Amino acid sequence: MSHHIIEFNDVHFTYPDRTEALKGINFRITHGESVGIVGANGAGKSTLISHMNGYLLPERGNIIIGDLPLNRSTIHHARKSVGVVFQNPDDQLFMSTVFEDVAFGPLNLGMTKESVIEKVNDALTTVGCLHLKDKPPHHLSLGQKRAVSIAAVIAMQPDILVMDEPAASLDPKSRRQLINLLREFKHTKIIASHDLDLIMDVCERCLVISGGRVTADGPVKEIFMDAKLLADNNLELPLSLQRR
Amino acid sequence: MLNFDKEFFNIGHLDALSYKKTFIHQINPGIKLVVTLFFIVTVVSFSKYDVRQLIPFFLFPVFVMSAGDIPAAVVLKKLLVVSPFVLFAGLFNPLFDTSTAYTVSGINVSRGWVSYISLIIKFILTISSAVLLIATTSFPGICYALEKMRVPRIFVMQLLFIYRYLFVLAEEAMRIVRARNMRTFGKQGSGIKPFINIVSIFLLRSIERSERIYHAICARGFDGRIRLLKNFSIGIPDVLFAVLSVSAFLMLRIYDVTELIGEAALKH
Repeated sequence: MSHHIIEFNDVHFTYPDRTEALKGINFRITHGESVGIVGANGAGKSTLISHMNGYLLPERGNIIIGDLPLNRSTIHHARKSVGVVFQNPDDQLFMSTVFEDVAFGPLNLGMTKESVIEKVNDALTTVGCLHLKDKPPHHLSLGQKRAVSIAAVIAMQPDILVMDEPAASLDPKSRRQLINLLREFKHTKIIASHDLDLIMDVCERCLVISGGRVTADGPVKEIFMDAKLLADNNLELPLSLQRR
Repeated sequence: MLNFDKEFFNIGHLDALSYKKTFIHQINPGIKLVVTLFFIVTVVSFSKYDVRQLIPFFLFPVFVMSAGDIPAAVVLKKLLVVSPFVLFAGLFNPLFDTSTAYTVSGINVSRGWVSYISLIIKFILTISSAVLLIATTSFPGICYALEKMRVPRIFVMQLLFIYRYLFVLAEEAMRIVRARNMRTFGKQGSGIKPFINIVSIFLLRSIERSERIYHAICARGFDGRIRLLKNFSIGIPDVLFAVLSVSAFLMLRIYDVTELIGEAALKH
């Protein structure tokens, strides 16, 4: 299943205001892996995620999604393979009803009407939001919006699921439901978050980003037990490890 | 609660009402739009001195309010908001048109007063029907109805996006205003300079948000064309509602029902 890989080779990116966000990122994520991306604010996590589906393209270096190098001609392939769930669900849910929103991606993929309806219903059932399908997004709670955002992405059946701060602003119960949901997904998962407990619960591998570079890459527990590494990256030992 | 917060929740309340599941809410949005437009055109087609003939038209908003379970207070509040414009617009009618129209118990009622009352009744009927259309039809439903009426799709999509983000941006503005008010004491901090800063911050945040939304749209395969699945079909209840309503409006327009009822009552 080599088509589920995502590989960054010496990726550099500088914003127009000359902020150098990525300074030679290297990693390879293979089929079925669950990888957490952690780092201080401004470390380059969101920029990194924006490169994963071609919203931003590297200035130097190259990215491989599946079997294809990422460039302008393969962007559609990348967007089909990599589903991105954004930090703020209000940015992601732009259609006027939940159903229309979840159907937006599958319709753009050229699926038939019957197939779209089936995919939308399946995706909403998976996240437990089928009863909300006729509601406008602004009538939903934050937890519901988050779940619908995930449904909107999984309805497109991506090979790789990328999430930016999925648990931000969620209450403990909604957060736990999200963690359970993520654990059930068999997709290749990449989760950028400051919530190290969530990363501990969902991921086996962790990348630490600092100053636009990968400063550590390894098993989650190994990384999170390294107090100096965490402190250097403005992170703290997860609560679940502090109790032990 | 701050004024801005109140307005925000008022809009939200009207929007929430439009998602009820009553008989009126289930009627095809296109049919409701056409019936409402027909109602408005019929009402404004009466001459400026017609008052009595307009009274039976109150049955329509009353019917929609009761069948749609819409609280009268919601409609009245909206009418009150717009009423100063109409009250002012017709204010000079009694002053300039002083010829006598009726004499009631020895008191002369001028044609100016009659036209002023007619204007107010027309205002109440047309605005309440428009408010009731919004309160019983979701905004996306109205947009789909507009699309069916051959309004350009790009315009309809713009309306849908405005509707979707109106609430998000209003919340954003509410947060900024709230943050300012929490640190404002008396006139300190409420001048033009903080206001300019608020507007600038709001603009910058809106631009940033629009970029993020565009990012999200692109991430889901947007290629410049928005495809929709929803298809509002027209059923027997929709046709019945349209036929009965339009027939009733035409009957009320052609026949002076109040006069007929009055004559019948006098005969008995």
